[in-house]
Amino acid sequence: MKVGVLGIGITKFGEIWEEGLRELLLDAQLRALNDAKMEPKQIDALYTGNMCADSLSGQLHIGAMAAENLNLDKPSIRVEGACASGSLALRQGVHSIASGDADIVMVSGVEKMTDVSTEQVTTALMGAGDEELEGFNGLTFPGLYALLAKAYMHKYPALTRELLAEVSVKNHFHGARNPYAQFQNEINIDTVINATMVADPLTLFDCSPITDGAASIILASEATAKKLGTEVYITGSGLANDSLSLARRKSLTRLDAGHAAAQRAYKQAGITVKDINFAEVHDCFSIAEIYAVEALGFAKEGEAYKLYKDKQTYFDGKNPINTSGGLKACGHPVAATGVKQAVEATMQLRGEAGLRQVKGATTGVTYNVGGSGATACVHVFKKMK
Amino acid sequence: MAGIVGWGAYIPKYRITAEEIAAVQHADAKAIKAGLGLTEKSVPGKDEDTATISVAAARNALARAEINRKEIGSVYVGSESHPYAVKPTSSIVGEALDIGNTYMAADTEFACKAGSATIQINAGLIDSKMIKYGFSIGADTSQAEPGNALEYSAAAGGAAFLMGPNEEAVATLDFTCSFTSDTPDFWRRAMQAYPSHAGRFTGDPAYFKHVEASTKMILEKSKLKITDFKYVVFHMPNGKFPLRVAKKFGVTKEQIEPGLVVTKIGNTYSGSSILGFASVLDIAKPGDKILVTAYGSGSGSDSFVFTCTKKITAAQGKAKKVNDYIANKEYITYAEYLKHMEGIHQ
Repeated sequence: MKVGVLGIGITKFGEIWEEGLRELLLDAQLRALNDAKMEPKQIDALYTGNMCADSLSGQLHIGAMAAENLNLDKPSIRVEGACASGSLALRQGVHSIASGDADIVMVSGVEKMTDVSTEQVTTALMGAGDEELEGFNGLTFPGLYALLAKAYMHKYPALTRELLAEVSVKNHFHGARNPYAQFQNEINIDTVINATMVADPLTLFDCSPITDGAASIILASEATAKKLGTEVYITGSGLANDSLSLARRKSLTRLDAGHAAAQRAYKQAGITVKDINFAEVHDCFSIAEIYAVEALGFAKEGEAYKLYKDKQTYFDGKNPINTSGGLKACGHPVAATGVKQAVEATMQLRGEAGLRQVKGATTGVTYNVGGSGATACVHVFKKMK
Repeated sequence: MAGIVGWGAYIPKYRITAEEIAAVQHADAKAIKAGLGLTEKSVPGKDEDTATISVAAARNALARAEINRKEIGSVYVGSESHPYAVKPTSSIVGEALDIGNTYMAADTEFACKAGSATIQINAGLIDSKMIKYGFSIGADTSQAEPGNALEYSAAAGGAAFLMGPNEEAVATLDFTCSFTSDTPDFWRRAMQAYPSHAGRFTGDPAYFKHVEASTKMILEKSKLKITDFKYVVFHMPNGKFPLRVAKKFGVTKEQIEPGLVVTKIGNTYSGSSILGFASVLDIAKPGDKILVTAYGSGSGSDSFVFTCTKKITAAQGKAKKVNDYIANKEYITYAEYLKHMEGIHQ
């Protein structure tokens, strides 16, 4: 399977107080069209990821909004899969083309999160967990990931507090080199460890922020993409699911859905982990990146710490992870994140990633998670000559 | 234009430290002090409210003005903690000051600039010769929900300015202007005990946008440069915000610090920028120019340019100064603080 990436667009991520949900989405859509040098009427279908617009902005019907923004009457659907909404929209776009239903598709992700209180956002995000087993009993997402961190660090004490902090330190290092990132400042281990405690052992600097932002990507069939001289293609898409609640997982020290999604995507793309030059992964909390690199196969279970001990995950290291700054530094407008990962992968493969460019990259993967691991979606991006 | 013929301040003597609040809230006092740029705040006594603070400040202003109080034609009191939702504070103040019954009166509310707005109202009345003297007062016993970040800064105090003809003024009002927009950064709805705020939204799109726009406007209007001013006062919701604006406009430490009362008493809301103004009037010399920019959430800024006259020196010693009130303090515990605030707000 090969689906070409014709264009990418991304807004600045952060507290974008001057723009609402619709404007953010439109901004990303127009940037993608501009990048692809296309007119809206060339789009056959639209898929837009969004998780929180109904609970935070009182707005549903995002599919219609995405089409209306471009004055189109083409099929347009909102896709929701919690924080994985963006990558699920991407997968729907890929399938729409693969099925022959559409030739050119626009995939977007958008989230407007900073107009309401932190309490309201925390409640809305908890919709990604199991309301009966977790939310009703008072658990929040920082709490869920803190439980995972406790379980992992108990079983694998080689992942020290300091090495876990390296995840955020590296992501801020990359964010400082990404003009779209919410936080463009470098930090050190002390900053992470001494920050305000959110949910033991996770401090404020282990947690991704609340962010406004949108990203769009325009896809096309292989034939059309080749005709247009497209360099970057999606060659694999893997999706897997697990229980909503942590209580019903087989293991708390690995995310099974992540492992399964990676294997399915790799198989479709015909690659192994050794072929991968970089990965954009879901670090909603620092510990989530540890699970991610193990799910993708960069390390065996319990051994991810080695990558951080040797600083392999920097853009110029052996296994570059989250060159965009990840969710921690680039920001996490939840449903935009999955599409942002695809934008970053495309920028890397095109050689447009500036100060964070991975040299000679030809294959990259994106890994997007919904909830505490109930959904995992992996895509393989390849540069074709 | 009209000018100020007398000024006065009042700050309750009770103080609570950031450490005392942080200990109860299990918070990091050091980080809070560094983040807000203040160490303690004033707390009203159990029998003090916006009316009593206004009266005490106004009496000090009258002591400096030495006029026939029956000639006072208006009393305007700005606050976001008027004791009554319906029933004016201004009439209580007028009665307590024994100024007769032939005065205009109203209470104003525009978050933290309710007091400074009354300076503009009286300037208009005096310039149009509708009145000879008028009282402009801003005072608050501001509310903060226990556990909220506002608890460290929401303080009590106020200042009063008796305004009158320029020829009698200790400081002439040379220019004033305002910058206003509908920006909901901080609010308290009817029947609510405590205000709500929009976190970091209270910064760039609210305080900084309005304070900077209004200050820029008055500099253009007056054709004055920042270096022309001896003292500069910006509204002080905390110790950090006014210093950031000061840096942007090139205001020196010597210009801003004399009016930066927030670091010692907290944010007195409607009393905040005007208490800073009162504190520089306490030490200013004839000819000194003073720039004041107030800010009220919701949002708006009022800017003023004043020039001190020869009359100011004699007036300074006739009443207690802002620093006298700052120095007169008694520390209370968090439990006592709750008891004080309960008596006022419930």
